[in-house]
This record gives sequence, C-alpha cells and structure tokens, in this order.
Amino acid sequence: MSLIGSSVPRLEDEPLLRGKGRFVDDLHMPGMLEAAFVRSPHAHALVRGVRKDAALALRGVHAVLLRDDLLPHLPNEFIVVALPSKDYKQYLNRPALVGDEAVYVGQPVAMVVAENRYIAEDAAALVEVDWEALPAAADCSAALSPGAPTAHRASPHNLLAEFPIGYGDVDAAFASAAHVFKESFWQHRGGSHSIECRGTVAASDPYDERLTVWTSTQMPHAALRVLCDMLGRDEDSVRVVTPDVGGGFGPKLVFYAEDVCVAVAAIILGRPVKWIEDRLEHFVATTQERDQHWDVEVAVDGDARLLAIRGNLIHDHGAYTARGVNLPYNSAEQVAIGYELPAYRMNVQIALTNKVPVTPVRGAGHPQGVFVMERLLDRIARELDLDRAEVRRRNLVPATKMPYRTGVKNRGGMPVVLDTGDYVRCQQDALERAGWAGFGERQKAARKEGRYIGIGLANFVKGTGRGPFETVTVRVGPSGRILVYTGAAAMGQSTKTMLAQIVADQLGGDMANVTVIAGDTGTVPTGMGGSNSRQAVLAGTSAHSAALKVREKVIRIAAHLLEAGAADLDIEGRSVHVKGVKRMAVDLGKVASAVAGTAGYRLPGGVAPGLEAMESVVIDPMTYANGTAVAEVEVDIDTGGVRIVKMVFVHDCGRILHPQVVDGQLIGGVAHGIGNALFEWMRYDDQAQPLAGTLADYLLVTATEMPPVELAHHESPTPLNPLGIKGVGECGVIPIAPAVLSAVEDALSPFGARISRTPMMPSDIVALVQAFG
Amino acid sequence: MRAPSCGVLSKGRVDESRQISVEVNGTGFRREVSVRTTLADFLRHDLMLTGTHVGCEHGVCGACTVLVNGRSARSCLMLAVQADGESVTTIEGIAPSPTTLHPLQQALKDHHGLQCGFCTPGMVTTLIEFLRDCPNPTEREVRVAISGNLCRCTGYQGIVDAVLRVTAMKAE
Amino acid sequence: MKPAPFRYHAPATLDEAIGLLDTLEDARVLAGGQSLMPMLNFRIVQPAHIVDINRVQGLAYIRREGEVLEVGAMTRQRDLEFSDVVADTFPLMHEAVLLVGHRQTRNRGTLGGSLCQLDPSAELVTVAAAVDATVVVVSKAGTREIPFAEFPLGLMSPAIEANELVTAVRFPLWKRGHGFAFEEFARRHGDFAVASAAVLLEMEHGEIARASVVVGGVNSRPQRPAVTLQGRRPSAALFDDVAKACDRLEAMSDSHVDAGYRKRVARAVVRRALERSRGRVATN
Repeated sequence: MSLIGSSVPRLEDEPLLRGKGRFVDDLHMPGMLEAAFVRSPHAHALVRGVRKDAALALRGVHAVLLRDDLLPHLPNEFIVVALPSKDYKQYLNRPALVGDEAVYVGQPVAMVVAENRYIAEDAAALVEVDWEALPAAADCSAALSPGAPTAHRASPHNLLAEFPIGYGDVDAAFASAAHVFKESFWQHRGGSHSIECRGTVAASDPYDERLTVWTSTQMPHAALRVLCDMLGRDEDSVRVVTPDVGGGFGPKLVFYAEDVCVAVAAIILGRPVKWIEDRLEHFVATTQERDQHWDVEVAVDGDARLLAIRGNLIHDHGAYTARGVNLPYNSAEQVAIGYELPAYRMNVQIALTNKVPVTPVRGAGHPQGVFVMERLLDRIARELDLDRAEVRRRNLVPATKMPYRTGVKNRGGMPVVLDTGDYVRCQQDALERAGWAGFGERQKAARKEGRYIGIGLANFVKGTGRGPFETVTVRVGPSGRILVYTGAAAMGQSTKTMLAQIVADQLGGDMANVTVIAGDTGTVPTGMGGSNSRQAVLAGTSAHSAALKVREKVIRIAAHLLEAGAADLDIEGRSVHVKGVKRMAVDLGKVASAVAGTAGYRLPGGVAPGLEAMESVVIDPMTYANGTAVAEVEVDIDTGGVRIVKMVFVHDCGRILHPQVVDGQLIGGVAHGIGNALFEWMRYDDQAQPLAGTLADYLLVTATEMPPVELAHHESPTPLNPLGIKGVGECGVIPIAPAVLSAVEDALSPFGARISRTPMMPSDIVALVQAFG
Repeated sequence: MRAPSCGVLSKGRVDESRQISVEVNGTGFRREVSVRTTLADFLRHDLMLTGTHVGCEHGVCGACTVLVNGRSARSCLMLAVQADGESVTTIEGIAPSPTTLHPLQQALKDHHGLQCGFCTPGMVTTLIEFLRDCPNPTEREVRVAISGNLCRCTGYQGIVDAVLRVTAMKAE
Repeated sequence: MKPAPFRYHAPATLDEAIGLLDTLEDARVLAGGQSLMPMLNFRIVQPAHIVDINRVQGLAYIRREGEVLEVGAMTRQRDLEFSDVVADTFPLMHEAVLLVGHRQTRNRGTLGGSLCQLDPSAELVTVAAAVDATVVVVSKAGTREIPFAEFPLGLMSPAIEANELVTAVRFPLWKRGHGFAFEEFARRHGDFAVASAAVLLEMEHGEIARASVVVGGVNSRPQRPAVTLQGRRPSAALFDDVAKACDRLEAMSDSHVDAGYRKRVARAVVRRALERSRGRVATN
C-alpha cells in the first residue's frame, strides 16, 4: 500500500496543536536582549543628524547602533541579492541601516538593544533624528514622467529596468486583424500578512565565535550566503536555523536589513539578540506586492481566435531591489501561457518609488498576467456576442498539442514548454459543476426579483517547481530511525509530512520512524528553500531519489546479512525481512550498524560505508499546473457589497501526493485570491505615506467571507520528475480575482459595468452602478 | 524577558511593578510583573508558555486568544496585572494528557484544520468556549464564531469541517 | 508595539475610583480594554496613569425598573447578548450586540466603554440614541444625568469631564410587541459599520403610533432622518421617503470612504431596517 496519494496524518500537527511549536519568538536564551528599530517616518528624507544620548541614558538599554557602529563589522554593508538580468539600468541595494538618505517610510535608521522589547521601544522613541524631507516618488506611473522627483537623490531617473517580452510579428497581426480591442488595467496586490510576522535571533558563541542565526525564513541557505557575504565570514562560521515558521507567502524568502543588524548586534554585544517584527512594522518594513498599470491591445480574427497581444506594463518596484525583476517578468510572461497566442509583445517598465521594495507574494506576479488575459477574453466575448467559455475553449492550448512550446522564455532563458494537461476538459468540468449552461435563466429570474447575480470564469496555467534543485539527505542511523535533512523550508505547507511520506514509501512505510529536519544550513551544505510552488517537485524528487538509493543499499546489505536474494526482501517498518517469512529479518538499525565500520573488519557485501544518500536532482524545466475557477456572486447594488455564493475550482497538479494537503493549499490560496479581488488594498497617499497600518484598515478574509468551495481534481502527471507531481502552493490564488470580478461585471451587466481593476471595493461597485444612471 | 522592577524611564516615568497570583492551566503562579506587561507577554516570556501567539497586538487577529475564567479573551488586550486572582487557560491546558488530544484538537488534525499552526492555539481556545455555548451549531454559526480569528493558510474550511465533525460525533 | 510606562491603579470601590480621577493628572480609565489597549500598544495614547475599574464592585448589572432598563456601565457586552431580560424587553439591543465585534471582544468589552469611546460606527451608540437613553455620570461633585442626544460633543468626544465616570445607562423600554430592527453594512462580519440603522416602531390601528429611526456610522454622532412617521401608515413609499431623507444627513468622508457613498448605504440600511421592523410588529 503506497503512502503516495494518501492523506496520511501530518507529522507537524501534534506539537502545534498542543502549543509546543517553536517559532522564533519562542526562543529564550540566557542573557538574551531584545531590539527595536528607529524607522524613517518620511518616504524620502535626508538625515542631518542623530542623537542617541537620551536613549542610551535609559535604564536597561545596552546599545543604540547606527550605520557607523555597524560598518566595522560589515565589509559589505549592502544586501546584494538581485536575480540576474541584463536589463538593470540602476543597481540599488538595501543598506543595513540608513546612512544619510532614507527612501521609504519604515526604513530602519537605528537599532536599540535593551533588556526587553518594552524598554527598547521606550528608547527608540528617544532617539532624535534631524530629518530634511525631500520630494517623494509616490506613484509608479508618475515616477516615470520627465521631471518626476527621483526616489534616490543620486538617481538620474526612476526607471530601474525596461525590457520587452514577446515573439512573433505582432504588428503584422494587428494590421490584418478582424478586430482590435484596447484595455487599460490597474492591478494591486498587497502584503503577505502571515499571522506570524518576521523575526530573527542571533547568538555568537564566545568560544569559537561561531554565529548562529534563527530566523523565520523561507530560504535559509540564501540567508546564509548573504550573511557571510556581508559579514565577510566563511560558511563554516555561520549557521542559519529555521524554527517553525508561521506562514511565509513570499516576503520571508527575502533577506532583510534587520536580520544582519541583529547578527552584528550579537557580535558587538557578545549576547544573544532577538528582534521580533510587530504588525505595524510588517506594514512598512516587509516587502509586498503593489501596483501594476497595463495598457494593452488584443487582435482577434473573425472567429474570436487570438492573433496577437501587445502593450505596456508599468510595475512599482519600490525603493530598492530586494529580489529582482522577476515579478513583472512573471506577469508579462504569464499572459502568453495557457492560450494559443501567435504573437506577443509586452514592454515592461519597472519604476522606482519611495515605498518599501516589492517582491513576490503568493502568486508572484502570475495572477496579474492571468487577470489581463482573462479580462481581454471577456471583452472579446462581449464584443463578438459569444459565450465567454466558448471564446476560451477556442483558444486554450488543446491537449493534443502537449507538450506545447510557447513563444516565451522564462527568466533563466529557458523556453516555456507546457508539459501535460487538458485545459479544455478542466474548463468543461468546472462549467458543468457550476451550472454555467443554466445560469442565464437563473439570472433573469433573479433580476425580476431585483437581485443581481452573476457568474464568471477564469483559467490559468502556472509554472511550478522552479529549479534547479533542492537538496535532501536521507540517512538511517544505528537506532534504525530514518533521518531526512533538507534545504527545503517549511512554512505550513506540510513539507515535513510530504518528505516523510516519500521517503517512508521506500523505506518501511512507517512515517513515525522518519524525522525530517528542514532549513538548517548546518545539516545540508546546499539548498534553495521555498518559493515558486517548488518544494514538492524539487525536494520531493530529491527525497525520492535519495530514498531509492538508501533502499537499494539496505536491501544489498540485508541480503548479505540474511544470506537471501535481494529480490526476496522487503522493508516493513524497521524490519528488513524475506517476503512471506517475517522471522527471517534484520532490523534497519542493525543494517546501519553493519556499515558503520568495526575496526579491522571488512564491510559486508563490499558496500561503501554509511547508510545515507544526499541528492540534489536537477530539474531545469518547470512543470505546468492548470486550473479553472468559476465564481457565482450576488451584488447588492445599494451597498456595493459582493457575496460570493459559490466557487468551483477544478485543478490539475499532476499526481496528487496528499489529497488533504492539496485541498488545503488550494482553499488557502482561494482566500488570498478573494482578498485580492475584494478586500486587500495597501493604500498610500501622494507623499508615499502608508494609509493602511493596521489589520482594521487592511482587510484579510475571515471565515465568514469564504464561500462554499467545490474542488475537483484532474491528474495529468508530468514526465519531468519520477513521481509525476506538479506544484500547488500558489495555484489557488491565481484565477480568483478575474473569476470573481468577471462575475461581478456579469451581475451588473444591466448597468453596462466594466471592471478593469482589482481590488474592487463596495464604493467602486456602487460607482459603476451610478455611472449608468 | 521580565522588566526590571523599578527604574527611571522615558519622560521621568517609572516602570512600576506589582506582585500577581494567577492560576494558569490549574497551576498557581506568583510573580512580579511590570504593570504594562500584557497578559500575552506574561504567559509567553515570564511563564514560558509560548503556545499562545502574538500576531498583531491590536486585537484583530485572535492568535493570542486564551480563556480567562473560562471566557475567551485577546491576551494582547489585557494587562498581566488584570489576571491577578483569576484563572487562565491556555492552549497548553487543553489536551487532557500528554498522550491524548481533546476531541477538537483531534478533529483539527483529522480534517487538516491547521497548516503553519500559528493561529491554531487561538482558534482552539475560541472554539472550546464556543462549543460550550453552542454544542450544535450550524456551519454559519461556526464561521461567525471564528470570524475574529484570522488564518492566512487554511482558508478556514478544514477548521469548520473539524468543528462540525466534533459536534456530529457528540450527537451520535 | 508595547505600551509606554504608566502608573497603574486598581480601585475596589466607586468612591476610590472617582477619588483617583479627581486627583490624578493625565489618567485614562481602563474598562474592557478593547479600545484603549490597542491605543496603548500603538502608543497613540501615553497616559501617565491607568485607572483600571474592572475591580470596582457594583457597576455590572442589568435591572428592569418599570419601563426602564438600567444597565451598569461595566456590564460586559456578552452579558447583554445572553441576557433574557434584554432579549425579552429590549430586542433591538440584543440584535445589535450580536454585531458588536467578535465573541472575544464582547467577553471583555463593556457598555460604558463602548459609549465613552463613541466610535461613530459603534452599534451600542446607535442603539442608545435610538431609545434616547440617559447616561448616569458620577464624580466627586455628585451624580448627573446626560440625555444621550447631548452625550456626543464631537468626534469620539463624550460630554464627560476627566474626573467623571459613567456608572450606568438607562434605556426607556418600548411597548411589548413593538417592531424593531438593527441593520448595518460592514465589510466583514464584526467590522465597524459603514452605516447602520436602528429602528423602533409601535403601531396602533394600522398607523404608526411611535417611531424612532437613527442612523449611525455616517457622521460623528447618530442622526435622525428628518421625516415624521407618527400618524402615517407604513408603506414602501413611506419607507422610501425616510431613506431618501438620509441624503440630507451630515456625512463624513475619509481616505477610505466618501460621504456620498455613506449616505447611499444609509438609505439602504434604513429602508431594510424599516421593513424588518414592520414585519416584527406583533399583530394584536
């Protein structure tokens, strides 16, 4: 009975349910001090002077650190992380602390270290900074106009990068098209708002000066590399350990100024230092997604078949590069994925603004690309008086063309090839479940009662399993226990259970005999961590490969010890036994001991020492998951309130490893998507001051806003990895905003409503209704 | 991390302390606390009961929910000194033994009602009270009951399923 | 987000409490804490003294005295929610309190605290206005009673002095069988309302004998749309008139929501509350 495909109990649950998790703020060490940061209240300002005396005079304050205090410990004071691209016009890397120019509200200027956080905040309030406010670049489109204030004083302008993404003869396609339609979209996505904010603890061992850093991160090895680079240290003198992480969703893969400041403070003070981000800080100091402005045109033939799309995208990058140009790249690339699009050209302009840097939040720019295509398809349907689902059916890449080479390349320069999937069948299934065909009648009947109901659909195809690898070590010790070490990072998505499942499937089938340690750089030399819905694919594949190697070795050694044929042996729990003869067995621990080495004696069976395999299987091409969401809504035209009556989500993530986990990832993603459609707006004023600073302003979906979600699964396994799996972590988010807003537009069709932005707030919906009258 | 008992702080303000006696999960504790220490921080950093989590410190996310005299309360919005003489139950006090879980905890496990686990302690304490008030809820009532507890991972379905399962089992 | 330092006082009697408020400079009263604690944690307020009145005896009660329901200021919102007396005699309050925050906040939040906070969207404020409640305030100088119409001085500013404490609120009761409804539009369950409406109706011989319509959330204080309902027969047209009268209300605009939109929502919640009230009037 294979564990793969079974909803096995999660390894993570018991301690978490008992309140015995160990999150970064749960760490307590003798002598530990706590930090608070003084942050810029201005979006753009010069620092003319800083006075620390009053802060230092407070009882319980151990240090007030400014940039000059850190520099002796930082051979490199900047966080240099940018994903490679030839298109950068400016390199703007975050400093550990502000020098003389702050460029976003919330940027850290000084660090107070004290006995506890209460005193640290008291002292932070006493640090005096002389600010000279400068004009701020607040809007990403305006920031690109000639003469706009520059986000950085020394920058010639605010264009960080500009590049086209596309293929084919777009202009010829437009010139000969039967129909051309133009649209402009404003899309906004907000922050992560994992319920656990960020946090870092650092301690420097007084004897060997080894620095250990515990941080709520999605990428411990990346954090290690940055730390070593900035501190000028070798990897063996720094260790990054990932505690339990209370949600990541993207921004925790970034390495931050606060993290290196905590490390330096621990070194300077010779005591462990802890900094825990509070929610107010999360709004201003953690990366987020933000605004994109799209101007696009679509060309179609007389049968509503796509001929070409062209346009321009302006993307708000924030004040620094904290990851790369990947987010807008993903958005622009995404438009051309899923439907047959003969020609495409999107010019991407990435604008600097005086706001916290923008990096991926669950979905990573892909939702925006899907929104553009799905809204264009709705437009085409309306203009040509065709059913919206029919227009999509005509243009979806058909299953018969798999693997389908699109015209775009991903950011690593590899062509995007859709490996497997039957998009049309997926859409059809979703439409049937949602009652698409009969909806028109229901809508008419509702309108007679003065009720406005609508239905909308959206498809997506998303690259998952971004390579090149993830490292997994599988080891059996003399205890007989199976240990799995990985550079993969757990943040709630059941990484440990997933890996234990895959390993136990080959080594005895007893998940209770597997311990998974994730995210500790001291245990695996390489690793990449969590992002891009990649860990099941990459870590899962390496785990599978390593487990197979260990299994093969276990069988070989056991065959020698039992004097039996390898083909006659099976592993059940900790027992390696002859099939059908359970008493002819040897314990896994004994097998491990047999190759641990005894001085002067030969190893059995001529095998190499140890019972362990470390794998970093390289998979460069991404594997493409797909899905269809159909949303039914009711709109209250008096208040603009939207009730999502039902959400149907049919999804294909290849072979399903753990049905419950997959469902949980999808529904969790749907909640984020609903937030993007109707609730989440990280607002700023025209001086780039955040207007949303509490969870009462910035609205996260609660249990009462979630609709009933009907999930259905198709399985198109991929040939790209031996388990046939595709990623799922982000998929739930991606089609939701266009599906919901298409449904709202449908509900409001008597008012000629057109929706070209996300999110839509009730007052925006009311404005659509009022515009008609 | 406990605040020092006395000392001159900002604007000449004194960090005042009090002795408090609190019963937590059935055990009595006597401690000296700074009067401004929140109940959440007292539980987490004075008593080392780190199961109660802090997510927002302004009373919205519900991660810090504990039971005070049996009533759910946001521990980030209470001062530790307010718990003097009272009885507090935290997540650590819910399971009946180290080897068995409360039926609600077991149901959450069975129905994938938790992913990262950060909101879970607050969900559990809230639901323990709710099920006492309302042993046979509708799905809508369950959702309203947890509308003051934010979860960013699950989309709430697994949690709702777990609660309905527990109440169905009780009814059987 | 930790509070700045303060001196803490926990009086055990009302006399002690008002004595402290009389002598202390820069003191804040801590009742349920659901409004004050966030402000302390954000350091939006940094009072030198906190006077915690949770230990003061005798301030939490629900008592019917004839046609008046007197509720102590420290009565928890949860106790209002589960009170048989309230459900029986003051169903508008019961319906409104179910919309106040969430169960955790209602366990600690108090009637007095909510009224003193005077958030424009607070359900209990709108309810108090709907029945013309009386707020009882005590200080060293004695007791005084403030009609609720005079209680709000301005945005989130009640007409009480720093040395005064609200001890009780008196709610005049409406005739048994009266129609009532509390209606609001909020972004999510438990959120503060964009606009809310509290309606009470007494009918006689098919005509409205007495009516109260109050709109909350639209301005800094509850308002009444200027339409006389007394003596008229309920009808969709009449209710439309009342709704339209909301256009003439004062309305706030902020960065999230503008005045015009609030008034539109007010129209909708008023109409719905009137319809539901009408449906609830007991037929004789």
